[in-house]
Amino acid sequence: MDTVDGDIGSSGAHCASCGSVSCIGCTRTLDPPRFCPECGRRLTVAVTPGGYRARCRDHGDLASA
Amino acid sequence: MRCIQAAWFRRWADRSPGSGLLVFGILVRPTTVAPMSGDATTSPTPTTVTLSPPRRGEPERPEIDPSAARARIHAAETALLDERRLLTGEELAGLAALPDDYVTSLAALAHQVRLTWCGPEVEVEGILSAKTGGCPEDCHFCSQSSQFDTPVKATPFLDADEVLRAAEETKASGASEFCIVLAIRGPDERTMQRILELVPMVQEKTGMNVAVSAGLLTEDQARRFGEGGVHRYNHNLETARSFFPNVVTTHTWEERQETCELVRTHGMELCCGALIGMGETDEQRIELLTQLQDLDPTEVPLNFLNPRPGTPLGGERPIGAWEAIRWIALFRLGLPGVILRYAGGREVTLRELQSMGMTSGINALIVGNYLTTLGRSADEDLQMLSDLRMPVGALTGVL
Ligand code: SF4
Ligand SMILES: [Zn+2]
Ligand SMILES: [Zn+2]
Repeated sequence: MDTVDGDIGSSGAHCASCGSVSCIGCTRTLDPPRFCPECGRRLTVAVTPGGYRARCRDHGDLASA
Repeated sequence: MRCIQAAWFRRWADRSPGSGLLVFGILVRPTTVAPMSGDATTSPTPTTVTLSPPRRGEPERPEIDPSAARARIHAAETALLDERRLLTGEELAGLAALPDDYVTSLAALAHQVRLTWCGPEVEVEGILSAKTGGCPEDCHFCSQSSQFDTPVKATPFLDADEVLRAAEETKASGASEFCIVLAIRGPDERTMQRILELVPMVQEKTGMNVAVSAGLLTEDQARRFGEGGVHRYNHNLETARSFFPNVVTTHTWEERQETCELVRTHGMELCCGALIGMGETDEQRIELLTQLQDLDPTEVPLNFLNPRPGTPLGGERPIGAWEAIRWIALFRLGLPGVILRYAGGREVTLRELQSMGMTSGINALIVGNYLTTLGRSADEDLQMLSDLRMPVGALTGVL
């Protein structure tokens, strides 16, 4: 289970906001990551008042804040 | 260089009198043309540079006679502060039509009305999406609808420990209210039971009032929530009855209204919010205000459209910050005694003007993150309240 805190968008081939491999920067600062940077799958994201947790079915917990 | 610019302006202004040009996103309107140095006559060079041009869809509000404008504001002040009565739809429409220069006057009156009707306290609340995405409804603004291909993946009901942890996080930020939100059309029996277990648990563990937002309710469900300790139930009208079919087709405005009425009948406080910026007109916003006056909610969360990728409204732009301040003020003037809460979309819509909203009629905040998007930190909001010398407190029972 890899844990990559913070900026997960830079750690893989896929954009964490839209899942695309060819995205040139759609990331919105007030959105949690939605796609796994490794495989591009949609993440299961739990947003709480003080943070969020994002998990990929294959790559485990990917980000939290 | 200056001469070249002046010459260019002169040529451009000659070609397109009265029009404007977007230069690096800035609207430049040549009201008069700058003389070139060496011109026989010299005069000032009044060129208007508007950093934030009116957005598409924002109404043109023609200039009106200043004494007529002041008379409208004065009449509203008399009605709200001396006669202590609600403004009519017609009076609100008159205020909504005032040009941008009067927004600060509307905001100042709205702040005075808030202090007079509600007192100085600001209520702080945290919200938690306990069940995210996969909703069968088709609200065109919502990234949690299963009818649209959005980045939000459906997730099951969080377990009790996660809900309690989130409630404790909320409590630590000085909140008096915690709202458990579910993306569903309405609760089934299993969901009812889970909510009814969680509500007293959160209340006992944190001492906060617990609110719930779980969609449309039957009479029996409303009764059980009322008896089960739900302090406030959130169910938004979102928009005016006449505009609602443009943005939701899987249920009706009247169904929402019925649930709102059941909430009040069964002893819960009604939290009934609005979402501004979906393409509705000024008239429809006033219509919504009068419909909210009829429902008489305790709280009105004011959301601004934050266009979500994949939804039918994903390509819209947020409304302008100044327009948002205008409508915060008008909501306070239309609903003088409600808890008017900053809710979703304020960061992207208001940016640097968030503190101005607090002196334009807002008296409650959602702090921290929202349901699927992040907010600015609770510390920043608490600092803003401290800077504004606004005390934090529960507003239940104040009104
Ligand atoms: S009912 Fe609520 S969760 Fe479902 S689509 Fe509409 S706004 Fe979203
Ligand atoms: Zn992207
Ligand atoms: Zn993955």
